[in-house]
Amino acid sequence: MDWLTTVDHKKIGILYLLAGFIFFLVGGLEAILIRIQLMKPMNDFVAADTFNELITMHGTTMIFLAAMPMLFALMNAVIPLQIGARDVAFPFLNALGFWTFFFGGLLLNISWFAGQVPDAGWTSYVPLAGPTYNGTHGVDYYVIGLQIAGIGTLLGGINFMATIINMRAPGMSFMRMPMFTWAIFITSVLIVFAFPVLTVGLVALMFDRLFQANFFEVGGGGNTVLWEHVFWVFGHPEVYILILPAFGVISEVVATFSRKRLFGYSSMVFALVLIAFLGFMVWAHHMFTTGLGPVANALFSIGTMLIAVPTGVKIFNWLFTLWGGSIRFTTANLFAIGFIPTFVLGGVTGVMLASAPADYQYHDSYFVVAHFHYVIVGGLILGIFAGLHYWWPKMFGRMLNEGLGKLTFWTFFIGFHLTFFVQHFLGLLGMPRRVWTYLPNQGFDTLNLISSIGAFLMGIGTIVFVLNVIITWAKPRNAAADAWEDGRSLEWTIPSPPPEYNFKQTPLVRGIDAWWKEKTEGNTAMTPAEPLGPIHMPSPSILPFIMSVGLFIAGFGFMYAHHWLAAGGILVTFVCMFFRSVYDDHGFHIDPEEEVQA
Amino acid sequence: MNRWNVMKRILPLLAGMALLLSACGRSDLSALDPQGPIAQRQYDLMKISISIMTLVVVVVFAICIYVLIKFRRRKGDKTIPKQVEGNHKLEIIWTVVPLILLLILGVPTIQSVFGMAKDYSKDKDAIQVKVTSHLYWWEFEYPQLGVTTAQELVVPTGKKISFELVSADVKHSFWIPSIGGKMDTNPGMSNRMYLEFPKEGVYRGKCAELCGPSHALMDFKAKSVSPASFDKWVAAMKAPAVMPADAHIAETFRSKCLACHAVGDQGTNGAPNLTGIGGRQTVAGILYNSDVVKDPQSEDKTVEENLKTWITNPQKVKPGNQMPSAADNQLTQDEIDGIAKYLAGYKLDY
Ligand code: HEM
Ligand SMILES: [Cu+2]
Repeated sequence: MDWLTTVDHKKIGILYLLAGFIFFLVGGLEAILIRIQLMKPMNDFVAADTFNELITMHGTTMIFLAAMPMLFALMNAVIPLQIGARDVAFPFLNALGFWTFFFGGLLLNISWFAGQVPDAGWTSYVPLAGPTYNGTHGVDYYVIGLQIAGIGTLLGGINFMATIINMRAPGMSFMRMPMFTWAIFITSVLIVFAFPVLTVGLVALMFDRLFQANFFEVGGGGNTVLWEHVFWVFGHPEVYILILPAFGVISEVVATFSRKRLFGYSSMVFALVLIAFLGFMVWAHHMFTTGLGPVANALFSIGTMLIAVPTGVKIFNWLFTLWGGSIRFTTANLFAIGFIPTFVLGGVTGVMLASAPADYQYHDSYFVVAHFHYVIVGGLILGIFAGLHYWWPKMFGRMLNEGLGKLTFWTFFIGFHLTFFVQHFLGLLGMPRRVWTYLPNQGFDTLNLISSIGAFLMGIGTIVFVLNVIITWAKPRNAAADAWEDGRSLEWTIPSPPPEYNFKQTPLVRGIDAWWKEKTEGNTAMTPAEPLGPIHMPSPSILPFIMSVGLFIAGFGFMYAHHWLAAGGILVTFVCMFFRSVYDDHGFHIDPEEEVQA
Repeated sequence: MNRWNVMKRILPLLAGMALLLSACGRSDLSALDPQGPIAQRQYDLMKISISIMTLVVVVVFAICIYVLIKFRRRKGDKTIPKQVEGNHKLEIIWTVVPLILLLILGVPTIQSVFGMAKDYSKDKDAIQVKVTSHLYWWEFEYPQLGVTTAQELVVPTGKKISFELVSADVKHSFWIPSIGGKMDTNPGMSNRMYLEFPKEGVYRGKCAELCGPSHALMDFKAKSVSPASFDKWVAAMKAPAVMPADAHIAETFRSKCLACHAVGDQGTNGAPNLTGIGGRQTVAGILYNSDVVKDPQSEDKTVEENLKTWITNPQKVKPGNQMPSAADNQLTQDEIDGIAKYLAGYKLDY
């Protein structure tokens, strides 16, 4: 019950982690089934339409229900601590964001049990995803599930933007913020601009599907290329929403485990901002073969190539952070160091894709599959693993087992390269992506087998991680406050796990890497910026949970055209909003005496 | 190490990579073994970009490995490394050098984008082909010549082939990797592109846009022949249909098959045109005919056997396709055999 009503950012972080990781396992299982099917030519392990459902759900789940929530988990667990705040700006919204994400994801996955599963790809191109060629409820689950989950993401974005702008401890100017905080700040801005675009697209598609509108229906004067634009105007920033937080994690981990401050801090910040800006300008590089014409293709080609420059700046800055440092090979650092060359490989294939005439060959082939898995798995997932191993003691007060951690790293890392490196060649040899099977003797057989074996290895790596978590659970909570001894930012100044109110007294920040600075000056604690006094805390509330359930019910109502059910669900949500508005909740206070006891 | 020395070591490596790549895959399929000028140009761009990118990767990996070995923490080392803020000179270098590398890639990219977008739709000397994609087959119409065929595109060597691409249903993408990169077919609007086929041969084409359960099986062939053969082919396509000799089979074929298909001047083009199907490499794009292809594989059957398999149960070959099975069509085994035999013998002389 405590978990259903919590508005504490640390607990919400744990909820995000748990839910996101479970979805990660679901998406992973789907991936394994896909790779079993493609292990040999003309296999019929799964049927053709099941296969399309698998790839659609795999992509959608991994991006929206696994990667993003795990990032939200890290943000929730770390950001308020890093900036010296007691919570996020809007704790109630934070809880609401989690629950809408969770119920949206649940709705999407219930499609497996309803027997009508989205099957038009995670991009849901019309008309394949439109009512004319997709008459079952499959795509409705996608459209409605993602809308509900999207509310959560947008709330999160707004919340973290507000938190980082308003709640930094005294002295922490923007140019003194830790790199992870910077990354999350820029990510939040991207979310705030990109997610509404997705919502608009999804609403339009929903109107086409449920109420016979004609936004994308060619027969009624609609335009299918419009969907591609709307989707990618959201979709390209989305890939940066995924990768920027990973950049932030890597910056923290690399600096800590080489005992050095981040090299070129200001150029790192500038690169982040530039990447985010350009990320909005290049959506049409997903559409080089759509037929936009040479002028558009030329402009978007060059625009895309430019992103390589700030990305390169970041890579070299990380390398020079390591340079001259005292590098310690913990599991977290292994993941971070593994990230660098892997992400470089994904980045250079990105530049190759950016050359439009060559992309006429790569597009929608296995080359693209290899490219984006190098950035998403080799970048983002390695980044998340690095972050989890790094902040685990802070989140849970227990150190993960290093031996098992290293085993996870090596199986996952080797499995990853085995799976995806060969796929570059599959694409160049003429294998399209999203294919259920392939004829023998086209030169695809061996490479596909290798790829599948790699996927199993990644699966084993993930299982080892789960084991590690379970084993760690049984151990006492004995992690030190500064668990890695070389911590640099504020989260390492408070106990692991932190008390409910994080900071007894808000700390005073006197420079970049605030905690490191105090340590080098011989101090054992931060200088407080305020006297000891009662701490104001928000009250827990069940309303976010009920509101999300309401939306969940309404989703089913719309989908199956039970409009009274839809209205009922919406009503539940509105009644909750009403109560929230009229009932003035002032929260409660924790007294200084209690703090001393705690 | 001297910078030039590094280059001397890397260049042969790059050349080796390029050679290795070009030796890969089937020459009638692989984008790494281009058989026409468009694919060649794309391959050249790939080589430029792969070379630049390999260079970048080698530099990064070298720094990475060096750093990891040199600066690992020794046991019990408690020293604090110097806290370096950054280095403007270095940071400017790794901003400017990538910009130069991108310029090297960007210029030919722009040239090719415009080069490949040339419009030959008004060119009298070019062959016009209208490609229409269907769930899960390809229709090729030659408006100048008044000919329509399906699944096997026939073109003359040495001429520009100017394509107009549309879709009859969902989005598909027209791709012949060894001849040239792809272009999507969008319902409700048409796209243009051109290709050239300098050598005679049969090239494998694919659909590259997810279009439903049989997306993976939506293959087609592009066959280039000498200009003289091409003229003969056009004439043969326009000749009156050859109908089955057996009157009963002829009647069955007319009533059960020509409601959707066409041969010669008979029937309609609602389903793939069957004129001369006995001489095509495949039935339905994916069942290879051992008596037609040059390099049959052990699992390939003859045209006649493949036709029987297909007519009996098309769903089993290509899930989700629109053709009724023999049972739905109320065909007896004798009628299936008769029609398969007739179609297998229907070859065009060109
Ligand atoms: C930074 C993290 C990145 C992520 C997470 C990412 C992700 C993706 C994904 C998912 C796709 C596939 C779209 C589809 O066909 O469904 C894609 C395609 C593409 N990416 Fe990235 N990407 C990243 C970075 C880059 C960079 C740095 C570049 C170029 C400098 C780039 C250039 C491209 C291009 C041109 C395509 C289109 C390829 C095609 O559809 O044929 N990407 N990317
Ligand atoms: Cu298709």
